[in-house]
Amino acid sequence: MRFAKRMTAALIITAAAVTAFAQKIEVIGAGASFPAPLVTAMADQYRTLTDGRVTVNYQSIGSGGGIRQFGEQTIMFGMSEAFLKDEIVEEVEKKTGGRAFNMPITLADVVVTYNVPGVKDGVVFNGEVLADIFLGKIKKWNDKNIQALNKSIKLPNLNITVVHRSDGSGTTNIWTSYLTKVSKEWADKIGYATSVNWPVGVGAKGNEGVAGVVMNTPGALGYNSYAYALLNKISYGYLINKSGNTIKPNFEATSEAANIDLPEDTRIIFTDTPAAQGYPVAGFTWMLVYENLEKNKAIKSKNEAEELIKFLIWAITDGQGLSERLGYAKLPKAAVEKNKAMIRELKWNGEEIGKKILG
Amino acid sequence: MSEKNTKKINISPSALYGWLGDRIFAVSVFVLGFIVIFTTLAMAISLYYEGSEAITKFGFWGFMTGEKWDAAITMEFGAWPFIVGTVSTSLGALALSFIPAIAIAVFTAEYAPHWLSHIIENLVNLIAAVPSVVIGIWGVFVFTPWIRDTVYIPVYMWSLENAPGLTPILGNPIGYGMMTATIILTIMIIPFTTALTVDAFRMVPKEQREAASALGATKWEVIRMAVIPYSRGGILAGTMLSLGRAIGETMAVAMLIGNKNTLPFTIFGPGSTMASVIVNEFREAVENIHLTSLMAVGFYLFLISLIVNLAAAYIQRKYAVTGGRAV
Repeated sequence: MRFAKRMTAALIITAAAVTAFAQKIEVIGAGASFPAPLVTAMADQYRTLTDGRVTVNYQSIGSGGGIRQFGEQTIMFGMSEAFLKDEIVEEVEKKTGGRAFNMPITLADVVVTYNVPGVKDGVVFNGEVLADIFLGKIKKWNDKNIQALNKSIKLPNLNITVVHRSDGSGTTNIWTSYLTKVSKEWADKIGYATSVNWPVGVGAKGNEGVAGVVMNTPGALGYNSYAYALLNKISYGYLINKSGNTIKPNFEATSEAANIDLPEDTRIIFTDTPAAQGYPVAGFTWMLVYENLEKNKAIKSKNEAEELIKFLIWAITDGQGLSERLGYAKLPKAAVEKNKAMIRELKWNGEEIGKKILG
Repeated sequence: MSEKNTKKINISPSALYGWLGDRIFAVSVFVLGFIVIFTTLAMAISLYYEGSEAITKFGFWGFMTGEKWDAAITMEFGAWPFIVGTVSTSLGALALSFIPAIAIAVFTAEYAPHWLSHIIENLVNLIAAVPSVVIGIWGVFVFTPWIRDTVYIPVYMWSLENAPGLTPILGNPIGYGMMTATIILTIMIIPFTTALTVDAFRMVPKEQREAASALGATKWEVIRMAVIPYSRGGILAGTMLSLGRAIGETMAVAMLIGNKNTLPFTIFGPGSTMASVIVNEFREAVENIHLTSLMAVGFYLFLISLIVNLAAAYIQRKYAVTGGRAV
């Protein structure tokens, strides 16, 4: 009798150990470097939440790499600061019979940083003035167009040195897409991309490079991600948005910018947002996921697919709580809703496991 | 005792250390040497293959001489601005570094007392070992602001007043630009030239110096007439090695050159090099043609390095001194 009890206990323990071992799962993703600190923090917390059962392994290899690895199916989810182009979506549809989803995971926001001796935060700009500065048409800080927006500040007779990112980056993509939207001349001549043909200025590598050059060069004007400017105490400007409101950069205004009528597939660039209190230079970072998960060679079992979905759901809901501490804005309600709609469509061999998990 | 042992000794060395050992050594050396050749070829082929989309689209010469690099609207790519940037910064650095490097070498090898030359040599080697990103950071935060305020801006102001024709060539003295990159490259390659030159000086046979001294030459004349001519092969090899490093230098240049992708470049103004554009744009190159163009730039950089190395080998052979006379 005692022996039998002991045996059962031993069996139960062994069984538990076996299942625990079998359920250990690694969710593999790769892509954009901008959201990497956030995703890594999410991964850490998610691992604790699941008692070490689910490990999220994210490699920051750049948006281009993320899209390519997603296409080659070496990762369970990709991450990119540019949404998938139509031709890639079509190719995926042809290959897997399902869509490639772009799910917003976080937001990037870009602020104007500058170094004008004696002037602190809060120089006001609008799109027109910024486009003219980056086109090299406005050359001095005391230009009447800048001065007109800043009646209470005495701006010096100092040359403007434009500083831009030299490395390809999502920050540049967002910044140039803003200039493209507010200036016809910029749209025709320069356009927007992760790196463009800058008409004036010097290029510095990375957020830290731009910040370094701006801080070292009197008269410099560049652009940085908001968190970076905040952390390094660089002076940053306020922007007048489409609705005519002057917006001081902050996380709420960034989230607000995306709280608009989003398309079903969330493939939208919403710089120069129509939201009245939205900050005009912000954009999504997307997670890339296949609709038919079994077609992704990197996902080997239904179990893995389900764990991926659970992580996605957590990341767009509770996981967002990590954002602001790390310098990211939270996803707005509109984006979370669209994400949930897409998650409900996720399938494994035709079985709607997304709907099952999300309810 | 002796008979047995002698027998053993007679067999084992010839079997184990002679024939078999030689064979193993020969095969492994051959394999290792072959791996080097194979790797180089594989690198060239894969670079060409990865960049072939761009090279076929724009043509071999078309891509090389194309002046446009636009990843946003026209999707046209050409390597010419970067070739110009690479060639001018590295040749500039070579010109700037040559005389100081030789001078340092002469002082270290010939004039300095033993303890001092030891210190100098170690410091020179130390500079060579500093990672280029560290030099880049120093350049961004210390060197550039300093040289901008003490040299670029005064020169620019002077030319505005006295030689207005010169200002378009000088360009905007922002600080981050071609000149800064060239000077930093100079600092980075001096140790290489110096170290190899010192070695070359030390290889000069004692007889050579003694002969010159015996003819009544002063110390400087000995160096000028006996030491430098004898070691010119080594000096040139060092110079070429430095040029190779300057051509390939990436991080420090990318941090300091200002990264402008369109010609014309000016002396103080921003520019870019082949290595810097690759490191800058590789990670976030989303479009295929953009990525393959970067690969193609890498292929051309490979070709240029190959040409420099071949030229170096040729020059060294031509000017090397063997047996006391030039061949």
